[in-house]
Amino acid sequence: MSIFVDENTKVVVQGISPTSQGLYHGLRNRAYGTHVVAGTNPKRGGEEIEGIPIFATVAEAVEATGANASFISVPPKFAADAIIEAAAAGVPFVVCITEGIPAQDEALAYNRLVREFAGTRLLGPNCPGIISPGRCNIGITSGDIALPGGPVGIVSRSGTLTYQALHELSQQGVGQTTCVGIGGDPVPGTSFIDCLGAFEADPDTRAIMMIGEIGGSAEEEAAEFIATSVAKPVVSYVAGVTAPPGRKMGHAGAIISGSKGTAQAKMDALAAAGVTVALNPTEAGEAMVDIVRKLG
Amino acid sequence: MDLFEYQGKQYFARFGIPISKGGVADTVDQAVAQAEESGYPVVVKAQVKVGGRGKAGGVKLANDADEVRTHAGNILGLDIKGHVVKRLWVEHASDIEREYYASFTLDRSAKKHLGMLSAEGGVEIEEVAVTNPDAIALIHIDPVDGLSLDTARSWVDRAGLDEPARAQTAELLVKLYTCYTEGDCDLAEINPLILTPDGRVHALDAKVTLDDNAAYRHPEWDEFAGSDVEDERETRAKERGLNYIGLDGSVGIIANGAGLAMSTLDVVNQCGGSAANFLDIGGGANADVMAAALEVINSDPAVRSILVNIFGGITRVDEVANGVLEALERVHISSPIVLRLDGTNAIAGREILADHLSDRLVAEPTMLDAARRAVALAGGQS
Repeated sequence: MSIFVDENTKVVVQGISPTSQGLYHGLRNRAYGTHVVAGTNPKRGGEEIEGIPIFATVAEAVEATGANASFISVPPKFAADAIIEAAAAGVPFVVCITEGIPAQDEALAYNRLVREFAGTRLLGPNCPGIISPGRCNIGITSGDIALPGGPVGIVSRSGTLTYQALHELSQQGVGQTTCVGIGGDPVPGTSFIDCLGAFEADPDTRAIMMIGEIGGSAEEEAAEFIATSVAKPVVSYVAGVTAPPGRKMGHAGAIISGSKGTAQAKMDALAAAGVTVALNPTEAGEAMVDIVRKLG
Repeated sequence: MDLFEYQGKQYFARFGIPISKGGVADTVDQAVAQAEESGYPVVVKAQVKVGGRGKAGGVKLANDADEVRTHAGNILGLDIKGHVVKRLWVEHASDIEREYYASFTLDRSAKKHLGMLSAEGGVEIEEVAVTNPDAIALIHIDPVDGLSLDTARSWVDRAGLDEPARAQTAELLVKLYTCYTEGDCDLAEINPLILTPDGRVHALDAKVTLDDNAAYRHPEWDEFAGSDVEDERETRAKERGLNYIGLDGSVGIIANGAGLAMSTLDVVNQCGGSAANFLDIGGGANADVMAAALEVINSDPAVRSILVNIFGGITRVDEVANGVLEALERVHISSPIVLRLDGTNAIAGREILADHLSDRLVAEPTMLDAARRAVALAGGQS
């Protein structure tokens, strides 16, 4: 099993043209074995690119192909509208990897989803996507660093650290059920808690790796949730122990404001919730390998 | 991007938020001219992006031209917590009956906008939040709904502002919310918002942080750019389009991805060293980007070793390897470089580098090994 996406997931890639990022990533995902069933482009409805049928709108693509997930990598100024278009077309799972969406647009789109399109889950924006190894890969994660078969579920706020986490586990022969990158923006569509809850409910996931970073209070909220609602073992690493306050560390959301959002506060909260807290990605990988071996 | 007070006030003015009559001055003569224009008495205020200006002697009242000369002369060039004053804001001094506080920002937990309003302004709001949290009236605003005048009115009542200030403040809050949303601010804060003895409400200070992601739809922001970078290294990096933050250590860092870059800093620290910078080269680790990154780090005299930590996702490690070699042909790098290359096409990448490795260009298999080596080369413990 896996969470959010599996071998039955059918993906429509929004904003596809012969030179778009969407096509590039869509083809990579298809090569991994993901069912990429459609693309959209308002000017190219009825065409076919690399064997992918193109529709003018997401609604038409869903109607014709039964797509149940969408993949958005369009430029920031178009991304919020693309998310709403997918939701309005009834797509239940929308992955948006676009980086640099204005926070106002992101907050508005998120709240519109909550109020008007409760049936749609947004992953991202500004995230690497999601991979259920061997079943489905939507986004930019390199499929060959993931290992099918579980038993570890990974959820991460950072892109390359997600790869690092996959790598640390795969190298030790420990597979993953699903690896979710929730992204480093201030208003992520899917939270740590959403993923922790889904992993807890997934029978094949037996342990959870959570990669956090400085800024906001998502890790502290996750810690509270873990304390009350997660029985499976959790290993965590939080990046940014040495980050200076008041500076955005690459991600729009990665900023320590005053004394809030420090890595130390997050690690303390997680440790208090019974999480195994590692000081670097390698240590996190080793701790998880230990746990998995003990699970037998 | 944080704005200076004068920029923030000018930004407020675009949205109809009342401010005191005033203008900027870069010289003593300009300050006097601006004072005459604004009308005495005036306040001469240092323009720096750091708190505690008043205590540092950066804000002074002047009743005539002589006093303006004295104060402007003293404040220009003043060093306030490492920020040297190059510009003044000179405005007509307001009589103050009461001082309030108002701000809008994003509440990331609630995923809604957060308005804060207090009848106790003019002091650090963080302090009020700790000592007297009830004195701050909070409001969560769903961006779908926005802030109506009716809602603003009841919010003002709830905050307990003085009766003569309420109607004007409600209107001002709606304008400030518009400034915050349509003006794409991460933060729009007025502290103090004042009530004058003759019953007028206006902004006496302005703290505005703009959302850099929205710059594409605000060509008017161009005039704000380039005015706040204090670190020469950061200026150089910015010119080259790099995501760089200067730090105090001796190990230069190049990584792809913000999380990995942050993590690299942490690991260097755990190995007993300290990072000279944060640098995320993102997905575009080609020769140009790599050369630019190495150049910027090389120009930092504190750097003793350079750690390049790449985990290829979309970024292909063989391209990174070629990028490093090409960059080294273009730029002479004075510090030894430690490479850790993993991920997509890592084997091909390592093969490309194999013939070029030396004591100046070292490869390590893991992030931890690479950090230990870089710290040792920088003269720290290994």
